[in-house]
Amino acid sequence: MAPPKRAKRRFLRPSVIPGFGLAFGYTLTCLGLIVLLPLAALVTRASGLGLSGIWEVATDPRVASALRVSFGVSLLAALTASVFGFLIAWVLTRYRFPGRKIVDAVVDLPFALPTAVAGIALAALYAPNGLVGAQLARLGIEAAYTPVGIYIAMVFIGLPFAVRTVQPLIAEIDKEIEEASATLGAGRVHTLVRVVLPPLIPAALTGFALAFARGVGEYGSIIFIAGNLPYVSEIAPLLIVIKLSEYDYGGACAIATIMLGISFLTLLAINLIQAWSRRRFGYV
Amino acid sequence: MSETFAPATLAEARPASVVTEGLWVRGLLIAVAILFLALFLVLPLVTVFAQALAKGFGAYLAAFTEADAHAAIRLTLLTAAIAVPFNLVFGIMASWAIAKFEFWGKNLLVTLIDLPFSVSPVVSGLIYVLVFGAQGLLGPWLLAHDLQVIFAVPGIVLATIFVTFPFVARQLIPLMQEQGTAEEEAALTLGASGWHAFRTVTLPNIRWGLLYSVLLCNARAMGEFGAVSVVSGHIRGLTNTLPLHVEILYNEYNFVAAFAVASLLAGLALVTLLVKSLLEWRYADEIKAGARGH
Amino acid sequence: MPGATEGRASERTGGSTAIRVENLSKTFDTAAVLHDFSLDVRAGELLALLGPSGSGKTTLLRIIAGLDFPDDGRIVFGAEDATRLPVQQRAVGFVFQHYALFKHMSVAENIAYGLNARKRSERPAKAEIKRRVGDLLDLIKLSGFADRYPSQLSGGQRQRIALARALAVEPRVLLLDEPFGALDAQVRKDLRRWLREIHDRTGQTTIFVTHDQDEALELSDRVAVLDKGRLEQVGTPDEVQEAPVSATVLKFLGDTIEVEAIAQGGEVRVDGRLTPVRAPGGLVGPVKLYARPWQLQFAEGDGAHLQGLVRSSYRTQGRQRIEVDRPEGKTVVVEAADTHRFAAGSPVGLRITGGHVFPN
Repeated sequence: MAPPKRAKRRFLRPSVIPGFGLAFGYTLTCLGLIVLLPLAALVTRASGLGLSGIWEVATDPRVASALRVSFGVSLLAALTASVFGFLIAWVLTRYRFPGRKIVDAVVDLPFALPTAVAGIALAALYAPNGLVGAQLARLGIEAAYTPVGIYIAMVFIGLPFAVRTVQPLIAEIDKEIEEASATLGAGRVHTLVRVVLPPLIPAALTGFALAFARGVGEYGSIIFIAGNLPYVSEIAPLLIVIKLSEYDYGGACAIATIMLGISFLTLLAINLIQAWSRRRFGYV
Repeated sequence: MSETFAPATLAEARPASVVTEGLWVRGLLIAVAILFLALFLVLPLVTVFAQALAKGFGAYLAAFTEADAHAAIRLTLLTAAIAVPFNLVFGIMASWAIAKFEFWGKNLLVTLIDLPFSVSPVVSGLIYVLVFGAQGLLGPWLLAHDLQVIFAVPGIVLATIFVTFPFVARQLIPLMQEQGTAEEEAALTLGASGWHAFRTVTLPNIRWGLLYSVLLCNARAMGEFGAVSVVSGHIRGLTNTLPLHVEILYNEYNFVAAFAVASLLAGLALVTLLVKSLLEWRYADEIKAGARGH
Repeated sequence: MPGATEGRASERTGGSTAIRVENLSKTFDTAAVLHDFSLDVRAGELLALLGPSGSGKTTLLRIIAGLDFPDDGRIVFGAEDATRLPVQQRAVGFVFQHYALFKHMSVAENIAYGLNARKRSERPAKAEIKRRVGDLLDLIKLSGFADRYPSQLSGGQRQRIALARALAVEPRVLLLDEPFGALDAQVRKDLRRWLREIHDRTGQTTIFVTHDQDEALELSDRVAVLDKGRLEQVGTPDEVQEAPVSATVLKFLGDTIEVEAIAQGGEVRVDGRLTPVRAPGGLVGPVKLYARPWQLQFAEGDGAHLQGLVRSSYRTQGRQRIEVDRPEGKTVVVEAADTHRFAAGSPVGLRITGGHVFPN
């Protein structure tokens, strides 16, 4: 009798389902050629510049200003999108009212509408002679061609992320939890704040992070409304385009690397939030 | 959904429910939500059509008689016709490998497939310039063989494939994971070959999810602006897609034509949303994992 | 197939070996699921694989089907080594725990699936397939259901469709994974009887996995008791109940009482008093005596092996069960006729009338 074999750590658990080799090979090939190779080209370029090279570009006043605008405004816009996104998700899942399904469908508009179309529409709407722009001008607010315009565009594209990440979790809240809270003597506000909201925080943070990342990288819907004044309303992605058109590949790569780094940090943050949520609440 | 969330009119007949807010609070929250959506999402959409028709229907139609507009439509259709099927096949292959098998490094693979979604569109274009551009990795080789990728149609197609890369895969992976392998195993024990099982069992099980993801993938492929803008070179009649054409017309202060072309894309978005919503209402549990029972 | 075999009582006991499982070993990641596992399945028998969850029974069934692969050992069908045979060519009928019916196909399409999957040259004609589906629907008593879809059926009906689908390909062996696990109690009982009937009519070699001892004992010709990836015992329901080979088997087949005892010269004594239980030869020293609740009787004075205080009692189906606290702190449950009621706290003596002692 042979002693029981120690299980080897296998790459693939044997399965009766066929086609792994083909499917996995095809997947890796496509991933490598379409995604990894081009991204590697960027990393190679950037490492050629070195940290000091990237730092030099980043501290260039115009670049620094663009990065500040991109990150700063995106942070504010993501915050706005999260607050209203949460409210919209709550209304859509918890209340019944005529036209609810249409409103629900409208939320995805920024996913479906090409960014350039959104861009020129927002620009027309918020221009000083536009429908909303004229009203804002009367209040002394200049939207178009200022960071305010950038903020509006970023809220536009970030909103669906904020809504769609919390919506399924609101739908899954067990009503008995709320009833339990009520039977224990808690008022509605107390129940919401102490029982209903805490488990939704991770999803809300994830939605915030997604909206933020999307805002930082966004280009099409912003450039028309932003006016693109250097030091005022110029965003980082636009600066990449400008550097490219000047054949300053190094400069473009440096900005791209910084942006990529920030998106990876955001991605990491999302993963950490979700890991924490899984431990704390048992779901993502 | 449960009784407790019934229309307000019914709820009023009974003592106030313990699991919802008062009528006034509900009304106010609904009003705020709708107002916000109207202001930020619906108004821009309406503006597109209003601006397009600002100078009458004749001016609107004139925008589509231009040869450049035709070329842009053709290029947009061509790009989608290549990028969408490519990502469809990739998505099926990737989700088959990931959902039906257990292997080492699976999570990493999923993360890598999702990567294009977290890359700025402009950076997506830039990386292709770095590979295929004149100063790029393959630039000298392409030049020697008289091949052009950047500022040409191949570059536009590649950039579009990149930005729409995860669409089908990320939709299908959780769906197929939820469906498990029991039905495929049942087919195999009944004597079916792998291909037969895939065709008769797997494919029918994912068809609505597949259609759904293709729809979204197509909308993005036809509407992509940033990435395509970087690799296109904006050569009128040659490397202009519809969104780029919109930009050119707008920058030339030809607003009616710009919005007219934009209305075409907005129409596409509306159709996409409509079909998407219909699919969601009708086939919710066959599109998204975890939707069963809601 | 329907009506194919009669007078199968002889087959049931004396049938030739249909499937031989030889020295099977299997590990998942680092956990061993099967250790050097061997078992013979006889032609025409209904064999139960009984064991707690994690005992490896489902893995064994999947390895026989060709859905999982052993690290070591062989599977032999008749005279043919099937260890490397692909699942498609094994001709097994597998009924999945949750049925795995094809949701988008009608009942008739589900049942015909295996026939339609064959190569054109081996595929029966359309009319023949239709006839076979009709016969099977008759067999499972769902004749009017051909055009329904799985979502329109109850759990018990789905289970029967899954069985018909597996039978349609005329398998060498029918394999059922927890066939009644997902059903409620009444449907479960009906289906058990029904499965036994089908088996008696078709004489199909059948292996089913269960963790429910009643199901295994009621339904099967032989029971294989598995624990931690090893075969503890295989035998008829009577054999495993009357002569369990280990405490594991005994405990798994029903409620047991453990009593400290001393073995010597084939005799077993509790508290110095002789019991009717026989110890295996050569077993000497402290042992554990295992008894069923009905193998304890109330007795007084020297007739009693154990003393205790009644904690509580309750009636169940014409009998009563009495919980007795023993002085050393353990509680034993005794089953007795429902004639005399014991008040809580009253002292009682218990006499052991039967039981088992196993070598350590």
